[in-house]
Amino acid sequence: MRAVALLLGLAAAATAPFWVWNPYHLHTLIMAGIFAVLALSLNLLLGYTGQLSLGHAAFFGIGAYATALLTVKLEWSPWIGLLAAVVLPGLAGWVIGRLALKLRGAYFVLLTISFAGCVSLVSVNWMDLTNGPLGLPGVPALEIALPGLPSLSLRTKVAFYYVVLVAVVLAYLVCLALIRSRVGRALVALRENETLAASVGIDGTHYLVLAAVVSAAMAGFGGGLYAHYTRFVSPEVFLFTYTVTMVIMVVAGGKGTLAGPVVGAVLFTVLPEALRAATSWQWQMLLYGILLVAVLFFMPQGIVPALRQLGSGVRRRASAS
Amino acid sequence: MILEARDLTVRFGGVSALAGVSFQVAPGTVTSLIGPNGAGKTTAFNVITGFQRPTQGTVRHDGETITGWRAHRIAARGLVRTFQKTSVFGGLTVRENVLTGLHLRGRVGVAAALLARARVRAEEERLAGEADRVIDFVGLGARRDELASGLSYGDQRLLELAVALAAGPRLLLLDEPASGMTASEKATVAGLIGRIREQGVTVFLVEHDMRLVMGISDRVLVLNYGRLIADGDPAAVQRDPEVVRAYLGSGAHAHA
Repeated sequence: MRAVALLLGLAAAATAPFWVWNPYHLHTLIMAGIFAVLALSLNLLLGYTGQLSLGHAAFFGIGAYATALLTVKLEWSPWIGLLAAVVLPGLAGWVIGRLALKLRGAYFVLLTISFAGCVSLVSVNWMDLTNGPLGLPGVPALEIALPGLPSLSLRTKVAFYYVVLVAVVLAYLVCLALIRSRVGRALVALRENETLAASVGIDGTHYLVLAAVVSAAMAGFGGGLYAHYTRFVSPEVFLFTYTVTMVIMVVAGGKGTLAGPVVGAVLFTVLPEALRAATSWQWQMLLYGILLVAVLFFMPQGIVPALRQLGSGVRRRASAS
Repeated sequence: MILEARDLTVRFGGVSALAGVSFQVAPGTVTSLIGPNGAGKTTAFNVITGFQRPTQGTVRHDGETITGWRAHRIAARGLVRTFQKTSVFGGLTVRENVLTGLHLRGRVGVAAALLARARVRAEEERLAGEADRVIDFVGLGARRDELASGLSYGDQRLLELAVALAAGPRLLLLDEPASGMTASEKATVAGLIGRIREQGVTVFLVEHDMRLVMGISDRVLVLNYGRLIADGDPAAVQRDPEVVRAYLGSGAHAHA
């Protein structure tokens, strides 16, 4: 069942540019992919260690600014920019994790919110570096330049779609590899019962820092992709809305599952656009809200766990008859 | 000595939970710590295992001072405890609980998890085997794939024991492992403690059930109001007039 769903999903994702003709729809799918990376990253903290980061847009934004600054101001290669978009937010994640030390729950949330607030203020006010609210235009497109071959620009939507698809698969595999190991069990132990975890030798702070670093680096990677896709970065990347959207995707998709954030990201990127097409703007956000409440009311664990339960129920009935 | 506490004092504001307690636990024994409610038994456990900093005094393990170390480091030295209030990873299965308890027996870190999947697979296989052995040892084999939160109270307590054993203790500190259990469950726990000791693990026990304590202990320590009032073999402690007074009140006569 799950293998079939995975194969169908992968096949649909791999062939999307061939049956999604409308460039705007393709744009929506690219954004869904970038959000899938972000949701996967938030899920590492929220879904596995159980700590809610409400400052995740900060890591996204730091990633976007890191590559934008390096490529626009220093004219470095976008690939080095992307690398910096992983490393710098990762360092920021380390700082947050160290600061958190024994802060959990509401205190951790407050720490991450304050951090995001600080970074956002810097992006607006450090005019010399960031251009302030004017932002940084002219971020170069990604380009594949192999020696001896003509360079291949990834500026078209179709090409960038595949870049994002690879990124989502990569982020998914990183989460999968971590979760299916001793490291993943330590993260979950933190969520389930940190005191008991300590009593069997699991250093909660160490694993929280680790989750924060990987999560922040992944969110930064999403930010880097976003910068090279829209080719423009402004303080808007730090908007709280981005964080809230990530949280909705993780919670509605199914936190603490690997597929949940991806399903949530696709659904909650496509849904507003579909509603926009189907109704007038007055109804769009209202319907979005109603649907979100309905999902959480009927599937409090999220969509993926609900489907899984449904699947195992059907199988049990089938084997009983 | 596998464990040596010297002059342990813990004050909460004006109250002394422990007031200068010193004792030793000899390797290979079952030593029990008893006393009326509020005597400071759990506080002593918390201090030894790093969950509470003493106001004063030292804890030594194999001659090295471990006072004030963080709990996970003390566990890594082989001092593993259970909790008075049942404590399991509720959202995980029995198997996942024990696998989590096996954390210290694994080596894989982030880099290996991401890049050396063959090593991860080998480790997972080894840990799975060890988990099965521990689960069978406490007799939860039939419950392997059930969620911990769905187990009966008695089974949760056994799982708790399994998680602690998985961590590879050399000194196992059990905080009321048989409280709230039926007579037959208590017998199971007593049998398990005996077998754990046969495997060379030293057991330090806080327990209220006197029949259990007197039946399996080599030595009994008695706490009252944060002070050690008796220390000796079970029979001697039972005859000690001060112990009888602590349990029955000062008006009672010793008929032991």
